[in-house]
Amino acid sequence: MSVDAVPGRAAEPILRLRGIEKSFGPVHVLRSVDFTAYPGEVTALVGDNGAGKSTLVKCIGGTYSIDSGEYLYKGQQVHVHTPRAASALGIEIVYQDLALCENLDIVQNMFLGREEVDGRRALDENKMERMASQTLASLSVRTVKSVRQKVASLSGGQRQTVAIAKAVLWNSELVILDEPTAALGVAQTAQVLDLVRRLADQGLAVILISHNMNDVLQVADNIAVLYLGQMAAQVQRSEVNHTQIVELITAGRSGDLGLTGSAVGVGNGATA
Amino acid sequence: MSSDSLTQPRADHSRPQNPGGGARDYALDYIRRVRGGEMGSIPGIIGLVVLAIFFSILKGGFLDAYNVENMVVYGAPTIVMAMGLIFVLLLGEIDLSAGTAGGVCAVLAAVEMVRHQMNWVLAVLLAALLGAIIGMIIGWLRARVGIPSFVITLAAFLSFQGVTIIMVGNSGSILLPDSQKTLLALTSASTNDYMPIWAGWAMLAIVVVGYAAVKLRGVSKRMAENLAVEPYSIAMAKVAALAVLGAGFIYYMGYNRIVGVARSSFYGTLTSEGVPWIVPVVLVLLFGGTYLLNRTRYGRHVFAVGGNEEAARRAGIRVNAIRTSVFVICSFMAALSGLISLSVSAGVANNAGGGNTLLLAVGAAVIGGTSLFGGRGRIIDAVVGGLVVEIISWGMGDLITGTNAPGWQEVVTGLVLLLAAGFDAISRKAGSTQG
Repeated sequence: MSVDAVPGRAAEPILRLRGIEKSFGPVHVLRSVDFTAYPGEVTALVGDNGAGKSTLVKCIGGTYSIDSGEYLYKGQQVHVHTPRAASALGIEIVYQDLALCENLDIVQNMFLGREEVDGRRALDENKMERMASQTLASLSVRTVKSVRQKVASLSGGQRQTVAIAKAVLWNSELVILDEPTAALGVAQTAQVLDLVRRLADQGLAVILISHNMNDVLQVADNIAVLYLGQMAAQVQRSEVNHTQIVELITAGRSGDLGLTGSAVGVGNGATA
Repeated sequence: MSSDSLTQPRADHSRPQNPGGGARDYALDYIRRVRGGEMGSIPGIIGLVVLAIFFSILKGGFLDAYNVENMVVYGAPTIVMAMGLIFVLLLGEIDLSAGTAGGVCAVLAAVEMVRHQMNWVLAVLLAALLGAIIGMIIGWLRARVGIPSFVITLAAFLSFQGVTIIMVGNSGSILLPDSQKTLLALTSASTNDYMPIWAGWAMLAIVVVGYAAVKLRGVSKRMAENLAVEPYSIAMAKVAALAVLGAGFIYYMGYNRIVGVARSSFYGTLTSEGVPWIVPVVLVLLFGGTYLLNRTRYGRHVFAVGGNEEAARRAGIRVNAIRTSVFVICSFMAALSGLISLSVSAGVANNAGGGNTLLLAVGAAVIGGTSLFGGRGRIIDAVVGGLVVEIISWGMGDLITGTNAPGWQEVVTGLVLLLAAGFDAISRKAGSTQG
């Protein structure tokens, strides 16, 4: 495992988890999980159903609190117990269901719950519209005709784009995308992966959860594989091939990579 | 003024338009939205015009000034109740108790004024407060306890009906004496109860100038910020349309006094001696409600909860508080509606707010373009739909006569409401299949 000393990488990871443990009652979901994410990189988080991906992401995002372990953000130990706390740090999660209101337009969705108001406490629509347009433009999004379109009239790919733009609007530094391409066609998947790449190129740390190995291999810089609640390996994209990743996902090890024999197979209590 | 720009824009998304032209683009965009299911009040307005023509052909004099005035006055309680219901409908909820809640509040006001000689202002405030409290209880039961609003408000509907009967007592009704004239002035009864002619024109001037100012200021502000704008031609056309329609209305409402014709009419007592005082009251509620829904964070959050509750919750919106608040607004408006009814009839009967009162108000909202499925609606819908409902009930009274007339009238009114709800469902489908 050579996660250190990668050329061109920021010196300090923006997120470093060490020895994270999480149980739900008797079910031990995360076992001593280590994980890092660097700014300017796409870190793919992969694993089979029930490997603990969702739980790990929810721990990062503050939906769940970790039982024990170190949660370091920009080198500082932090305690994230609520989604709001995560947002305040600059962590945004785009869930698979996107959480957009179809009856509202793009601007209204992007500012939902954080609306800008003017001096008389009335909504400052112009300011919001301008900021939303700028954010979309900065992401080189050209697929939406007007930012005043209702989300109901948008395609799946456009919705994903809006959800991602909503996440980066708030000067966030770590964006977590949960299966962003799961429901998309070929062309739209390419667009969204393009966008994911651009986010990282702009200096954000991106964590990408995906089941699609093609997506992962195409866009990720770094791949973390969870196997039954344990971190089987976190490796550079350039060091592994498709077969090795699949072996890590299904068996927890591949050649020299992955969990040692004694560790494999103890995590039979893990759930999603 | 933007200390907030995140990154330098690489592409301009805002499509600035030339405010002189662009009317064609604007029209095309409008048509696209209509086809996408965002029909707004169009069906309601078409219905209003078609029905008005239909009934006036069937019965000469239907659109006479005094008759129109009558419809405005008697439609007001429905309109005001529908305004409140729109908040509840926006969340995909229903308040079946709005009618009888308004009845209870009206009876309370009548009892205090007639039996305890309470000042009418105090009585009105007390009734409005009762409305708000009723809404708070319903909202609490819905949001915190989790009982479906259908069940809570059906129970409340029945109970309030009983409370009204008990409060009114054996007499069967409470009549307001002439000493309570101020409350009566809201509607009719004598010439003095209408706005003076000059006040009507002044009101129109305020509304038109205010509307024009808001429009033009909005356009110029957006132009200054390089955002897409509504073309000046369209904005001016809207202002002109409002001015012409408004002037026609004011003139027509004051027809008798302006032209000096006699006050007798086929329909009897009502006159057209000026704009009824209820009109400015409804206008204030219309502007206030529209501002609340479209220009404040609260209104935005109401739409959000109605559109996707989970998304609203994740955005940090206090969903339960929003849900409770819409029931408070609805019952408060129901109380106002009940008070207006009290004023229109100069009294209140023990079946106040029962029967089809609520059904007509819900029908008004839906006909106006508010969705029963939540997430879509505007306060103006209540006005458009309320007038349609009122035209139908007045027209039906003329049209259907004979032994079973009241029965047939109810059958037809019910079918019209069903038609409106069907329209709502179909336009919703059209909207969701787009894209």
